[in-house]
Amino acid sequence: MSAFSITEPSQRSKWVAGSLVIVYALITMIPLAWIMLTGFKSPSDAISYPPKVVFEPTLEGYVNLFTTRTRQTQDFLDANPPQNWADEIVREYDMVIVGPSKFGERFLNSVIIGFGSTFLSIFLGTLAAYAFSRFKIPLADDLLFFILSTRMMPPIAVAIPIFLMYRNLGLSDTHLGMILLYTAVNISLAVWLLKGFIDEIPREYEEAALIDGYTRFQAFYKVVLPQAATGIASTAIFCLIFAWNEYAFAVLLTSATAQTAPPFIPTIIGVGGLDWPAVAAGATIFLLPVMIFTILLRKHLLRGITFGAVRK
Amino acid sequence: MTDTLADKAAGATPKRVVRKIRGLSDRAIAWIFVAPTIFLLLAINIFPLIWTIQLSFTNFRANRLTREPEFIGLRNYERILTDSDIWLNMQATAHFLFWTIALQVLIGFTLAWLINKKFKGNDLWTTIIVLPMMLSPAVVGNFWKFLYQPQIGLFNYIVAFFTGKEPSSFEMLGSVQLAPWSIVIVDTWMWTPFVMLICLAGLRSIPDYIYEAAEVDRASKLRQFFTITIPMVLPFLMLAVLFRGIENFKMFDLVVQLTGGGPGSTTELTSINLKREAFEKWRTGYASAYAIILFVTVFGLASIYVKALNKVKER
Amino acid sequence: MKKVTSAAVGAALITSVSVPTMAMAEDLTLCWAAWDPANALVELSKEFEAQSGHTMNFEFIPWPNFADRMLNELNSGGKLCDLLIGDSQWIGGGAENGHYVKLNDFFDTEGISMDDFAPATVYAYSTWPKGTPNYYALPAMGDANGWFYRKDWFSDPEIQAAFKEATGRDLGEPKTQREMLEIAQFFQGREIDGKTVYGASIFTERGSEGITMGVTSALYPWGFKYENTPGSYDMEGAVNSPEAVEALEFYKEFYETATPPGYTNSYMGESLDAFKSGQVAMAMNWFAFFPGLYADPATGGDKIDFFVNPPQNQAGSTLGGQGISVVAYSDKQDAALEYIKWFADPEVQAKWWELGGYSAHNSVLNDPGFKDSAPFAGDFLEAMGAVQDFWQEPAYAELLLAMQKRIHDYVVADQGTAQEALDKLIEDWTETFEDEGKL
Repeated sequence: MSAFSITEPSQRSKWVAGSLVIVYALITMIPLAWIMLTGFKSPSDAISYPPKVVFEPTLEGYVNLFTTRTRQTQDFLDANPPQNWADEIVREYDMVIVGPSKFGERFLNSVIIGFGSTFLSIFLGTLAAYAFSRFKIPLADDLLFFILSTRMMPPIAVAIPIFLMYRNLGLSDTHLGMILLYTAVNISLAVWLLKGFIDEIPREYEEAALIDGYTRFQAFYKVVLPQAATGIASTAIFCLIFAWNEYAFAVLLTSATAQTAPPFIPTIIGVGGLDWPAVAAGATIFLLPVMIFTILLRKHLLRGITFGAVRK
Repeated sequence: MTDTLADKAAGATPKRVVRKIRGLSDRAIAWIFVAPTIFLLLAINIFPLIWTIQLSFTNFRANRLTREPEFIGLRNYERILTDSDIWLNMQATAHFLFWTIALQVLIGFTLAWLINKKFKGNDLWTTIIVLPMMLSPAVVGNFWKFLYQPQIGLFNYIVAFFTGKEPSSFEMLGSVQLAPWSIVIVDTWMWTPFVMLICLAGLRSIPDYIYEAAEVDRASKLRQFFTITIPMVLPFLMLAVLFRGIENFKMFDLVVQLTGGGPGSTTELTSINLKREAFEKWRTGYASAYAIILFVTVFGLASIYVKALNKVKER
Repeated sequence: MKKVTSAAVGAALITSVSVPTMAMAEDLTLCWAAWDPANALVELSKEFEAQSGHTMNFEFIPWPNFADRMLNELNSGGKLCDLLIGDSQWIGGGAENGHYVKLNDFFDTEGISMDDFAPATVYAYSTWPKGTPNYYALPAMGDANGWFYRKDWFSDPEIQAAFKEATGRDLGEPKTQREMLEIAQFFQGREIDGKTVYGASIFTERGSEGITMGVTSALYPWGFKYENTPGSYDMEGAVNSPEAVEALEFYKEFYETATPPGYTNSYMGESLDAFKSGQVAMAMNWFAFFPGLYADPATGGDKIDFFVNPPQNQAGSTLGGQGISVVAYSDKQDAALEYIKWFADPEVQAKWWELGGYSAHNSVLNDPGFKDSAPFAGDFLEAMGAVQDFWQEPAYAELLLAMQKRIHDYVVADQGTAQEALDKLIEDWTETFEDEGKL
């Protein structure tokens, strides 16, 4: 577009629009910034009135997030000097660190279930998307719509029979159970997005390969897959983010072994009440990867959130 | 829009090439590729759905395995549809749906329109604005609960700063009047970027020459906005509304963390109520009927809406 | 699904029979709520580990999710917990649905007598049907809802004078519910040390059991009854008696005029927060937290004191506390029973109290030094003398959720009248008992 185009907004309107958007962006960032700040506050600073913007940063929240502590008698404390800096922090409350907390485990569960279900969704999704894109499948539209419609169901609505089914099959509170479940939820997104990406790859490449003596399979994984790599990567990130954030199924179907971080973080308690700095620390660690992924994804974001309906 | 593309591409493949494949026939490969997906969806979506329908005619309780469930016909459905408390839950859901969508459309469209002025650095700011919608609703909702605390919470403090009120003089989550708005605010904060992105795509899809032609015809800017911009963006906007509508009808995690349905039952959206019936009271049969009613409602409304959407697109 | 469960139970039975009493080192998991006493139990259990060779693992779940998670676990026949310190109201479901192992034979063989435990705790934590000698748990942790207050404020001469002027009475621990409200209203909005403070923090939580546990602390002293005659499920005139209506109105007045703003969904944690951050003069909470509160560097020590839930028409406290049960789905029932045997030992019980757990063993409670062993010990004994519990029926969760809704709708959301709320509650409960086939 040339600078002289009559549709080009004037400098002044650009400036006004820019400032308004920046103001909105800054306001929208306040809650996120507050989460991150709170993670570095002491429990008393976190609940001080009025809210403290300037405070002495401490790693107490992070220490509390990753450890379990018990209160000890003064004699015991005197007899056992602090082992390290983290121990020193909890000594202020007459406590000692007795071991790691459950957060590490829960975070790891999120990673295992997130990556496991993403891998499976992408694997199955790529195959199905390729078939839908390249072959004539009877009732293809109906099948595609069916795949999409499964996403409309409220999770709680299917949760009852899934709970019963998992209970009978012994899949409750297992990593496998959660991976299968999240795969089932994500596969509609994977198929729809990947079909769009594969549709965009010219058929001539495969045809050339077929003429060169490749089998269909070879053409698929030696020609199509490399071409679809970017699409597959961004689809994978969308699947991962969904599984990462999911809460309803996780809270109903998991407890000690396979519980992921989202149901866990809101329940981090300190001595007595909710330990807000530790909650904030957990939230920060949990949200940061998604923020980074979002920035990496920004070019494909629109396509991902609309199931490929809007491609820009 | 996708099928036409696929058909065209399929038509372009020469028969000669198709026949040349060794090994499995294309048809076999197609089925091998599609079958696992379909199987998984049947097992984890369709089979449970059918089971839910079956359970909805019984008085089964999943925590009483020693008791034989009885078939009780439509009794569960009758009970639900005549229960005034459930109608209140539906009203709360409707309020939430209406206002989140209205606000998100309004703010989202405005933002998209501003960003489309293509000021310097608009890409960067767009990315920043988008962040909230990618985050975990449960974790974020939990933290907003903290922000909403009277006195110690940042939200009340900021409002107090600008209005001169006492920060502890109002309770976002605790008062019957404000609680329904508190969940609307958080949802709007999270999901406005979603509507914005889609609107932005719509705005960018409008070719410059249409505006240039209008300019030649001396149509005013305002007129251009209503006769070109709005109609061209409308299908996109409607799509955004569809997505938000379905998502918010299912809303659970964010609101559970924020208000847990309270105070009283003022923010008890249908999914929260359903969860209580199914997994706290363990009235499995009753909750199944409830789930079916909700599912039919979403599916019905969405189908009607999609028809309308297609009409708009055709224009 | 029935097949699977009965198979699981069968398998559990077979293993428990075929494994001889020979001591095998097992990995036991004990499930409980995540709170101060749980940490004390970890300490205490080290002795058991050293003695028996078994290893103890612990799964502590935060209170707001405790019931949900554990009942879900039991209902799915989960093997996570070998031992469960379950809430008193679960005993009916635990017994009738076969989640808990019946302990009578075990008690007989090991010579553990329920007469050695405080009768109120045995009745509440161990028996089903209520009051019959069928035991499904050993009383593990006695508890009741009590109160604590800022002793430093109560003894401040200026505040005392202001109170005298305002009410004509001397400021001190309240002797009735109404007196307590008066004191709370006195502190509400008062300026102390340059900060606005409030009367008291009370339970108003909606999601699990909070507001029910709070409101019953007013209902019981007024003389509230669940049934006209025990076991009859005849609730009309009991649940909605004039006394009950008055008590419910009292609780609402308390909530509206004497609690800090924003405490509309508060339970144990919020109550502690309000107190520790210096916002309130008084707070209600479970005795279980009192050792921790007393030890708190900021608001504990000589700044705090405790009192039992004040009477009105009669004495009455809301029962908390739990019994320890062996989960029927566990494969390690023998080792789990060994733990219970060890735990029932008077010496272990004495140490349990010392570490911050509330023993229910007579040898501890009747010890002449008990009353003075902690500033809240005497209050605890008094409270346990007049405790009442919620329904313990297998359908307790449904009954509880109905009460949560009706009470919260009235007290916090300000809908309808107290009479209407209790009338509706009877309707809900009647429906549940009809579904249960008990009416």
